[in-house]
Amino acid sequence: MTPLQASRKARSAIAMGFCYASAGAGLLALALILAALLWSGFSNLSPSVFTQMTPPPGSSGGGLLNPIVGSLIMTFSGVLIGAPLGLFAGTYMAEYGRNTRLTTVVRFINDVLLSAPSIVIGLFVYEITVVPMGHFSAIAGAISLALLVVPVVVRTTEDMLNLVPGTLREAATALGLPRALVIRHVAYKAARAGLITGLLLAIARVSGETAPLLFTSLNNQFWSANLNAPMASLPVVIFQFAMSPYKEWQALAWVGALLITFAVLALSITARVLGAQRTSS
Amino acid sequence: MTEAALSSVARSTAKIDSREKALRRFEIGDRIFHIVTRSSAIAVLIVLGGVIVSLVQGSMPALSKFGFGFLTSDAWNPVTEKFGAAPAIYGTLVTSFIALLIAAPVGFGIAVFLTELCPYQLRRPIGVAVELLAGIPSIIYGIWGMFVFAPFLQVHVQPALIATFAHIPGLNLLFAGPPYGIGILTASLILAIMILPLISSISRDVFNTVPTVLKEAAFGIGCTRWEVMRSIVAPYTGVGLVGGVMLALGRALGETMAVTFVIGNAHKIGASILGPGTTISATIANEFTEADGAIYTSSLIALGLLLFAITFIVLAISRLLLMRLEGQGAR
Repeated sequence: MTPLQASRKARSAIAMGFCYASAGAGLLALALILAALLWSGFSNLSPSVFTQMTPPPGSSGGGLLNPIVGSLIMTFSGVLIGAPLGLFAGTYMAEYGRNTRLTTVVRFINDVLLSAPSIVIGLFVYEITVVPMGHFSAIAGAISLALLVVPVVVRTTEDMLNLVPGTLREAATALGLPRALVIRHVAYKAARAGLITGLLLAIARVSGETAPLLFTSLNNQFWSANLNAPMASLPVVIFQFAMSPYKEWQALAWVGALLITFAVLALSITARVLGAQRTSS
Repeated sequence: MTEAALSSVARSTAKIDSREKALRRFEIGDRIFHIVTRSSAIAVLIVLGGVIVSLVQGSMPALSKFGFGFLTSDAWNPVTEKFGAAPAIYGTLVTSFIALLIAAPVGFGIAVFLTELCPYQLRRPIGVAVELLAGIPSIIYGIWGMFVFAPFLQVHVQPALIATFAHIPGLNLLFAGPPYGIGILTASLILAIMILPLISSISRDVFNTVPTVLKEAAFGIGCTRWEVMRSIVAPYTGVGLVGGVMLALGRALGETMAVTFVIGNAHKIGASILGPGTTISATIANEFTEADGAIYTSSLIALGLLLFAITFIVLAISRLLLMRLEGQGAR
């Protein structure tokens, strides 16, 4: 083996060694996080978590019922507002307005919104809802979550529809289907797995979102299903409890963290399974 | 022409009637769908416009009071109502920069591992695991950082760093003690861990788009694996890689919860990355609901505007970069 060959091989070995090491390090870090989460979360998990309200500071017992329900309500309403808007906008960009100036601009703006810090969205929603209404409310929380759903759904919808082969559309059009039906019955179906994945990813993203809720839905120590009043949510409760000096609150924060992580993981796994099934059938 | 063909085949006015009705319905449905999708696209524009307008409006009181000094002042005193953004801007940029410096190479490494080196049976499970982890909410990283990672760094890593670099000029300022546990470095490391799955899952997807024949051709003429990655895969996937890093940087810059737990929330600029600091998002998250007084609130909104501007600039630069790379690809 010539020296040149040896040095090339050595260089390759070093680079690949780095790849092995980084995979090891990355997986280790993430495994450590999950381990700590499972450890601290499960040791404090009890049925009362799902049946009782958040406790006052310093007292033992209590649960996370009101933040759990609050999170569900706000996430659901947020997705209900945001997902259709995102789907339609993405559809326009991929189907009607491909290569138009509007699409280029919207795509750029959407990229901005996609990486726009969620806390800035929170400030915006605070300005447009909390300030005029004069108080914090679950509606404001849901709107801020909706604004975080939109860019994710727009992006995936456009990407997925762009991946649908043009020949499929041409075939459907040749059969006499009008454009709207081509899109709804052919393009959407071809892209369904991707669209569902995008939607579930969006839900997963907002279900753990804390920053925009801090000053839109605020928090509520008590049970409330009133959309027009402050509402507790898991992430905000975790934040408040974890930063507190009370051991009982910190323990509940870990439980909440475990619940959120489980919900997000379950959501992502469902997304994958659903997506895989539909594409194969 | 189809009309004529159909009528000659059908020879039934009733059928033509219903066909025309159906066509009209199609046309109306078509138009409505077009309008709905188009207005949704425009709504996205309006949202951004709304964000900018409302942030500018909200930050006017602070900006008109402090002027340009808001950007350069390191004062942050709610009592005397003197506010400056410099420490927060510094913290935001430094933490994101360090995080990216660590996460980008490691993330690419994981992606290479997943696409090239990993035994075939393990690829899917590990790939799925990485994707799932990319979706874990940032508050989880925050709570872990505060309760587990920061104490570990404080006891085991930071004293070693301080001791190692104590006699190297320059670096001893960067790693000056005492080991608080929480601080700029801890926040950066948490950010790096957080954006790692993002970078690696995107890069892996991008690497997978490289046609196998291209790689095989390179292997066929005797390239080593590293040379294939560097000279075939990297150029082919450049755009996507930049896209992934861009996404990660955007997330790191604006990341709130993971950082808020471990940054230390000190409004000062220190040379040492072991010391506590603050970021724009952490400041807003910590202080917004407690801010009393128009100037205080307005200063926090001005910080939000700044954060938005910074992410906007980063994004614009990456877009330009992307466009240039696309241009190269076309040539």
